[in-house]
Amino acid sequence: MIEAIRECLGQEMEADNRVVVIGEDVGVLGGVFRATDGLQARFGKERVVDMPLAEGVIVGSGIGLAMSGLRPVIELQFLGFGHQAFHQIGQQVARLRYRSQGRHALPLVIRSPFGGGVRTPELHSDAFEAFYTHTPGLKVVAPATAYDAKGLLAAAMESDDPVLYLEPLKGYRLTKDEVPDERYTVPLGKLRVAREGADVTLIAWSAAVNVAERAAEELSEQGISVEVLDLRSLNPLDIVGISESVAKTGRVAILHEAPLTGGFGGELVATIQQECFYSLEAPIIRISAPDTPYPLGGVEDLYIPDVDRVVAEVVALAKASA
Amino acid sequence: MSESRFLPNFEPIAPFSRLTDSGILDSGESPMSDDAVLEALRYMMLTRVFDDKATSMQRQGRFGTFSSVRGQEASVVGAASALDPTKDWIVPQYREFPALIRHGYPIENFALYFMGNPKGGTIPPNVNMLPMQISLAAQIPQATGLAWGLKMQGGDGVVITFFGDGASSEGDFHESLNLAGIMKAPVIFFLQNNGWAISTPRENQTAARSFAERAIGYGVEGVMVDGNDLLAVHEVTKQAVAKARAGRGPTLIESVTYRTGAHNTADDPTRYIDQQELEKWQQKDPVERIKNYLRSRGIWNENLEQELLDSCAAQIDAAMEIARNTPLATSDALFDHVYAEPPQRMLDQKRDWANRNGDAR
Repeated sequence: MIEAIRECLGQEMEADNRVVVIGEDVGVLGGVFRATDGLQARFGKERVVDMPLAEGVIVGSGIGLAMSGLRPVIELQFLGFGHQAFHQIGQQVARLRYRSQGRHALPLVIRSPFGGGVRTPELHSDAFEAFYTHTPGLKVVAPATAYDAKGLLAAAMESDDPVLYLEPLKGYRLTKDEVPDERYTVPLGKLRVAREGADVTLIAWSAAVNVAERAAEELSEQGISVEVLDLRSLNPLDIVGISESVAKTGRVAILHEAPLTGGFGGELVATIQQECFYSLEAPIIRISAPDTPYPLGGVEDLYIPDVDRVVAEVVALAKASA
Repeated sequence: MSESRFLPNFEPIAPFSRLTDSGILDSGESPMSDDAVLEALRYMMLTRVFDDKATSMQRQGRFGTFSSVRGQEASVVGAASALDPTKDWIVPQYREFPALIRHGYPIENFALYFMGNPKGGTIPPNVNMLPMQISLAAQIPQATGLAWGLKMQGGDGVVITFFGDGASSEGDFHESLNLAGIMKAPVIFFLQNNGWAISTPRENQTAARSFAERAIGYGVEGVMVDGNDLLAVHEVTKQAVAKARAGRGPTLIESVTYRTGAHNTADDPTRYIDQQELEKWQQKDPVERIKNYLRSRGIWNENLEQELLDSCAAQIDAAMEIARNTPLATSDALFDHVYAEPPQRMLDQKRDWANRNGDAR
């Protein structure tokens, strides 16, 4: 997946000299995960810029770059560091188009790895997506496959709206699938049916999609047919796509890495019960982390929902009745 | 002490000034022509007329909470008058009315904004400014990035950003000076030290003896100027603009002035301001000071004053009339311009809100 992201950045920079990449360690080092490897050598220090370690001014100056006519791509090294820039993302990036009554478009992309499972030090692994989906004006996408990583990034960079582009830390090297060489886009706001099924709809995004697919495989051996939806985009949300699946299955499980309370799963539950109430055959369930801080690496496997837990919960859901 | 391992304390610097408190120019040449001073004075008087009008309308419930410029007119106008509106940018806070108007932002938009109409936020396409910033210091990184971006694209535009002594305690200020120094961004950090952040005195913002000297820590040049001296503010800002335009990087200007009015119309400064100190600063009124300068030049008289006041009042009245006659915003104003490509869900909400609120469509 990391190669797909890097290839996309290179192609977009090649096609449009207004694209600049800024962030911590993105230049000579090529990013701590190598997402920008080789870009500075190709496009120069002016367009691939190692920034001082201050997330607030990284995002804040990115806003200024966008207003000057450039199309910045900002790398936040980890979403866990995003709080140092939260005032710029939440109150500034997301609102400046509105506050200037359309005068200032903000064609900027904030790329950031998030989620756990790779034994990082503390405060690197939280799945904070729900903070940002509660921020009108900001689009939030979270690809699960390498193909989508490339296509969604291209779409995000093409968009005149600011986009938070979340990359699965765990999927960077683990996720491997076919990626065309040529440039293409995957539209923002359209989910992907990762696996078709008839009995239960299992909704996930980012790294959790892989867990969902493996659980679905096991469940099929137990005779339960699971449809896995990869949301790809949290805002805009593909409500039509979700409704079509729920109309077919009548049972819904939502899987996310973030804690339960206030997680994006709650938003999905509310939306589905409103849109699909008469299709539902059982209460919707959420499979998530507990309502506790993200732990140290030695216990993170107990924190993030795994395949066994998803299988057990979906088996119970398949038997449940309204 | 030469053997000390510690950096020396900096000698306190005195603010640069050109005029005495009574408006007499020093022995040097004026940095502004008489016409330029007259134009600047008109913006200062226009501001006072606007502030009085808006305050009285606010008391009658016809205008929202807003912050007057009172006491800081020379500071704001002196800085703005050093800019070229065709290529320079203003990244404001919220207490810079005359700078925005000189740059081309319509008075009626300014008024509409404070009347609570989102349309007031509209910045005409040829006006180089960002929206007013309410979140303290958040505009400073944006100004830095904007300046850096202009430079990267080979332009010679310069960005000035306004903020106060209070805002300079925010991380955004420090992060921005640091980045601007690294990138040699053509940005001017115009810090108006007006003595107060609502009720918090300047002493509670920093132990540094001046705000200007903070620039040193970021490899940026700092300068302290008498903010009630129009000529000095203009001169210093003009030099900073020329330096930035020539590619020689940012400047931090500390403009030492005093907020002789309230923080805003909701504030009661009698609870914390020392009356004697206030009166001392009222004696240094920047408008009177520049009028005295013009008197000393023999080009100011009662007739001219009345003429200018009348024309300012007419201009403000006309703008307020436009603002008053602007239709109230419909519920569409909640939704318009939030996105370039809005999510369907928000578009559905826009329709529902319009139906509920009975908009004609």
